Amino acid sequence: MSFGPFLLLALMEGLVTAAVLALAASGLSLVFGVMRVVNVAHGEFYMLGAVIAWFVTTLVPGPAWAGFLVALAVAPVAVGALAAAADRLVLRRLDYDPEATIVATIGLLYMIQQAALSFYGPDARPVAAPFDWRLQLPWFGYSGYKLFVVLAAAVVLLALWLFMTRSKVGLVMRATQVDRDVAQAFGIDVDLVYMAVFGIGAALAAVAAVLIVPIQQAHYLMGHDPLLLSFIVVIIGGLGSLRGTVVAALVIGLSDGVISMFFSPTLAKILATLLVALVLVFRPQGLFGVRDR
Amino acid sequence: MGLEIAGLSAGYGPVTVLRGVDFTARPGEVTCIMGRNGAGKTTLMKAIMGLLPGTGSVRVAGVEVLGLPAHRVPGHGLAWVPQGRRLFGPLTVAENLEIGGLLRGNRPEIRAHVLRLFPRLGERLGQVAATLSGGEQQMLAIARALCLEPKVLLLDEPTEGLQPSMIALIRDAVGQLRAEGVAVVLVEQRVEAVLKMADRVAFMAHGRVAEMVSAADLAPGARQFAEFVGV
Ligand SMILES: Nc1ncnc2c1ncn2[C@@H]1O[C@H](COP(=O)(O)OP(=O)(O)OP(=O)(O)O)[C@@H](O)[C@H]1O
Ligand SMILES: [Mg+2]
Repeated sequence: MSFGPFLLLALMEGLVTAAVLALAASGLSLVFGVMRVVNVAHGEFYMLGAVIAWFVTTLVPGPAWAGFLVALAVAPVAVGALAAAADRLVLRRLDYDPEATIVATIGLLYMIQQAALSFYGPDARPVAAPFDWRLQLPWFGYSGYKLFVVLAAAVVLLALWLFMTRSKVGLVMRATQVDRDVAQAFGIDVDLVYMAVFGIGAALAAVAAVLIVPIQQAHYLMGHDPLLLSFIVVIIGGLGSLRGTVVAALVIGLSDGVISMFFSPTLAKILATLLVALVLVFRPQGLFGVRDR
Repeated sequence: MGLEIAGLSAGYGPVTVLRGVDFTARPGEVTCIMGRNGAGKTTLMKAIMGLLPGTGSVRVAGVEVLGLPAHRVPGHGLAWVPQGRRLFGPLTVAENLEIGGLLRGNRPEIRAHVLRLFPRLGERLGQVAATLSGGEQQMLAIARALCLEPKVLLLDEPTEGLQPSMIALIRDAVGQLRAEGVAVVLVEQRVEAVLKMADRVAFMAHGRVAEMVSAADLAPGARQFAEFVGV
């Protein structure tokens, strides 16, 4: 293969990474934007989504796509409900104090991880892709499922954007993000908003994981990388900015694909981290963030 | 009826700011609150809105609201125009008004009524609130509160930093609300403005309402202005 097709393959791989990353990071960004909570357990919600997808696909009889569709519906709802409960039982009691919530979500991280180890075990287990159609290009064949992942992520992100900008609930969330006290003075139940936001943020991570698990396998430690990369994306894009998150995910995902293929995956991570450092020094509010909210 | 406050104490954590406030505001009247910087005027408004823990009694149209969760307070007919406006800056004018009218189902006739009071906002519905001029922002802060159709309207220094023409506009709006029977509570620091608008004036000092007098009994050089406002 010559350079051109290699680059195309690298970009396609990068696009898959970017799509999944954009989903996971948008959840982290939403939670930080509205609640000012740095959710260190975000990667575990992702892992949990993958593990639940494995359980669901093994339990549901019939063709692979049936189990996958059920997983795509069940995992985000279950993970979102768990997150909402964690918000209600832990974060609300801490009054969303920024430092206390970091410590609390670190605790949550280990609890979820150990629970997964106990009930799911230490093995990485594959989930069958819902279909195995291949796109045959002149130079190489490409997994049609990976293209589906990109498409599905785009659809979910578009839906999230429409929900935040066009729906009444989205409006209430944006108002709460700006000024929690004034929102309450107009009758907004901020506790309820926070619970919903934390649940939706976790559900987005779970959706990302269900999409990736036919490519990557489910494992109880798989939450680390998405957490780190989500933080990188969210810092570069600007915390709380959905558009910035998507753009930053594209930058990180595509460059990761290209650099990993032509040089090494380690170099890709080094450069991403360097980019974060540069952004923090020269544009701390992120590329698309607004200074002081 | 209107707003009746008795023995209200409140503060921030361990710091007590209000120490037994007694205060009333009647429907169809403008009740002004005066007092030095730091006297607790803004704190009083936050406590009324249920945003600070407090003891005592706050009744709106006869219903006790103290101790309710903050988001349950405005439904009883209380709306607040905070000091410094505190608009939802990244949201549009229309979206700010929509938040204001959430509890009233955003009925179009309320919206129309509010926009008749501030026609300039009607021309800027799609504009982001943070990009409005200072005067327009203040109009929006008041309009947002009016979308709630309040029985009691709390205004915290609404004319602070505005030019005279804008102040006159806001004053007219306050006059009209008074005529509509709203109990208006207005924190205002300028003597001539208070004398023009107020029916009654409460003077705050040391976390209490030290004196409550009819505006008719006040003249520009009155003792209370010197004693409680320092002018
Ligand atoms: N968030 C807070 N935490 C602790 N103390 C506060 C807080 N906000 C206000 N205070 C204190 O409460 C007291 C009353 O403040 P408040 O803002 O109610 O005064 P004010 O009468 O509205 O003054 P101004 O005329 O400057 O607006 C002040 O001593 C202030 O320092
Ligand atoms: Mg004040």
